[in-house]
Amino acid sequence: MSDVKLLKGNEVIAEAAIRCGCDGYFGYPITPQSEVMETLMERAPWNTTGMVVLQAESEVAAINMVYGGACCGKKVMTSSSSPGVSLKQEGISYLCGAELPCLIVNVQRGGPGLGTIQPSQADYFQTVKGGGHGDYKLIVLAPNSVQEMNDFVDLGFELSFKYRVPAMILSDGMIGQMMEKVTLSPKKPRRTEEEIIKEDGDWATTGKTADREQNVITSLALKAEEQEATNLRLQAKYKEIQENEVRYETYKADDAEYLLVAFGSCSRICSKTVDTAREDGIKLGMIRPITLFPFPTKQIKEFAKQVKGFMTVEMNAGQMVEDVRLAVNGEKPVEFYGRFGGIIPSPEEIRVALEKQLFNK
Amino acid sequence: MAKVKGAVVVDIEKCKGCGICIDDCPTDTLAFERAVNGKGYHYAYMKAPELCIGCSNCAISCPDTVITVYRVKPERKKTS
Amino acid sequence: MDVKEIIAKGDLVYEKTKVLTDKEMHYCPGCTHGTVHKAIAEVIEEMGIQEKTIGISPVGCSVFAYEYLHIDWQQAAHGRAPALATATKRLMPEKYVFTYQGDGDIASIGCAEAIHACNRGENILMIFINNGIYGMTGGQMAPTTLDGMKTATSPTGRTVEQNGYTLDLTKMIAPLPGVCYVARHSADTAAATRKLKRALKKGFENSMKNKGTSFVEVISTCNSGWKMSPVAANEWMRENMFPVFPLGTIKDE
Repeated sequence: MSDVKLLKGNEVIAEAAIRCGCDGYFGYPITPQSEVMETLMERAPWNTTGMVVLQAESEVAAINMVYGGACCGKKVMTSSSSPGVSLKQEGISYLCGAELPCLIVNVQRGGPGLGTIQPSQADYFQTVKGGGHGDYKLIVLAPNSVQEMNDFVDLGFELSFKYRVPAMILSDGMIGQMMEKVTLSPKKPRRTEEEIIKEDGDWATTGKTADREQNVITSLALKAEEQEATNLRLQAKYKEIQENEVRYETYKADDAEYLLVAFGSCSRICSKTVDTAREDGIKLGMIRPITLFPFPTKQIKEFAKQVKGFMTVEMNAGQMVEDVRLAVNGEKPVEFYGRFGGIIPSPEEIRVALEKQLFNK
Repeated sequence: MAKVKGAVVVDIEKCKGCGICIDDCPTDTLAFERAVNGKGYHYAYMKAPELCIGCSNCAISCPDTVITVYRVKPERKKTS
Repeated sequence: MDVKEIIAKGDLVYEKTKVLTDKEMHYCPGCTHGTVHKAIAEVIEEMGIQEKTIGISPVGCSVFAYEYLHIDWQQAAHGRAPALATATKRLMPEKYVFTYQGDGDIASIGCAEAIHACNRGENILMIFINNGIYGMTGGQMAPTTLDGMKTATSPTGRTVEQNGYTLDLTKMIAPLPGVCYVARHSADTAAATRKLKRALKKGFENSMKNKGTSFVEVISTCNSGWKMSPVAANEWMRENMFPVFPLGTIKDE
C-alpha cells in the first residue's frame, strides 16, 4: 500500500532521507530550507533506523561532516540554501576531488550576498558550472514538484554512488515551501558495512583489516601526472554520465513551432503558458531539463530542426539560456525571459514576452 | 657490578643526521660520522660502543625511527 | 662482548613498529612530526587497534601522515579535520577516530571546527602539533607564534600591536565541559615521548568510554622555519616555548 501524504517540499526531503536508508544528515539552519532539519529532529530517526542527524556549527562544518561520513562509505547528505551552499563550495570541491558519493540539497533563494529569502534559480551557474575550484561536475537534479523532492533523494543517492560523484538536488524556495500530495517511497533499511563493501567495493575508511591495504581518501596529488590522471578519470566519468543519465520531460512539444525551456518551479508556470497559447491556436510546447548536468543538449539540438525558436524562462538573469544556446548552436533564435529577487514570473507575462521576443520576430 | 651491554643499529641510508639521538643519549655513545650517506647527511654512529647500555632513548627520540636497539643483560653476560 | 655479538646474542629491545610504513618521511631532519607519528603508531600497536583506527590528516606538513601510519586515513580540507572526525565517529562508534592538526590548521583556520567538536564532546582524540609557525607554506606566522618571534610574515618579530597575542588554544579548550582530558606534552627526548605516548593511549581509551573529547597538544619544533639546527631548535623550544605553553596534564576527568 502506498503512503500518500500532504507535505511541504522541505519536509519530504527529510521523510525521503529516512525512508531511503540514509545514514547521516548534517546541516545548518537557513531560510527557506530549515524544515529539512526540523523535520528530521522531530522524526528522531536515530531511534528507528539509526540515522545520525546533527546540527553543525556552520555550513562549512556540515559539508565537511558529509565528507567524513562519505569517506566511511555511508549514505550522507546535507541541505542548505544559496548563501549556505556558497560556504559549502570548498567541501564540495574536495568531495569531487576525492570521488565521494553524497547528496546535497540547495533550496535556492535570491542573491547575490544575503539577498532575499524568496525563491530564485540564480545558482544554476554555481551548481552546473562548478561553484568551487578545479574541473568538476555534480550530478544535478531539478525537481518541479513535492513528489520529485521525494523521488530525487533516492535517485540522487543512487546516481551518486553509481559514479562516486556528489549529487545535488537544485530546488528553490517555492518547491521547498509548497505543500502538495506526495506518495512517499517505500522504506529501505540502512546498509550494513558488509553490504556497503559488497555493493560498492572496499574503498571506504572502515579500518585497515589484515586482509587489505590501507584505504586513504584524499584529493591531493602533488605530482602533475597524478593530478592529470585524476582529472582524466573524472572527465571520463562525466562523459559517461552525459551519455547515460540525461533526464528531461516534454510538454506538448511533438508538434510545437515554439519551445519554452524551463526547469524546476519555472516549468510549472510555463506549462500554464503553453496551455493558454494552445487555446489561442499557437503551437507552443515545452522541454524541461530534469538533470541540469547532464544537460539534455542532444534533445534540444533535435528540437532546433522542428521549431522556429526557443525561449528559456528562469528566475535569474539568464543562466541556463547559455546551455540552450550552445545546444542550438545558432540554428534558431534562443530568447530569454527572467525575473529576479524572488519574483516568480506569471504565465501571462511569459506570454507577453513570447509575443514580443519570439512570435513577432 | 656488571653493566648492561647494548648496541644500536642505525639505518644509515635513512638517517637524516639531525643529531637528536646524539643529544638524547645518556652515555655519549653516539656521534656524527665524518662520512656522509647517499643523501649527504652525516649519519649517527656508535662512536663509543662500549658505553651503550641499550636504553633505547636514541631510537625513541629519532624522528625517522631509523634505529634498532639490542641489549644483553648482565646475567646473560656471565653465562656467555 | 663486541657490538656484533650483542646484536647476535642480545635481546631486541627496540625496533620500528609495523604500524609505521617503510616509506621515508618527507619531513626535514629533526622534525617533531616524525616522533609524534611514531608515538601514535606505537600506541596503536600496543593497544592492538590498527584495524579499528581511522586518522584524519590536516593540510600542512603532516598532510602526508597517511603515507607513514599504516591505517585508514581521511585527508581533510584545511582546518576541517574535527568535522570529518565528528561524522566518522558518530557513524562508526566502534572505531577509534583521531585528528592530527598543526597550529595553523587547528588554531587559525579551523578554530571553529575544533572548539565545536570539543564542545559537543565528540568521542575522539584530537592531536595538536604546535610549533608556532606555518611549516609547509614556508615559515609564516601562526596564531601560536610567540611575541617577538621572527617569521616570514613577521620579519622583524611578532608584535602585539600588529598581530595581537599568542593564542593558547589548549587553555581555551580545557574548560569546555565536553572535553574530558587535556594534556600538553613535547617529543624532544625519549622521556618526553614516553610521557606523550601515555597521554595518547589515555585519549584513545577515553574515546571508547563515552567520556567526551581528549585533546593532546605537542609542543614541537620547526627547525627549518625557525632557521636553527634540530638540536638547537629543541633547546630554543625548551627555553622559549615551554614558559608560554607549560607542559603537563591540564584536565583529567
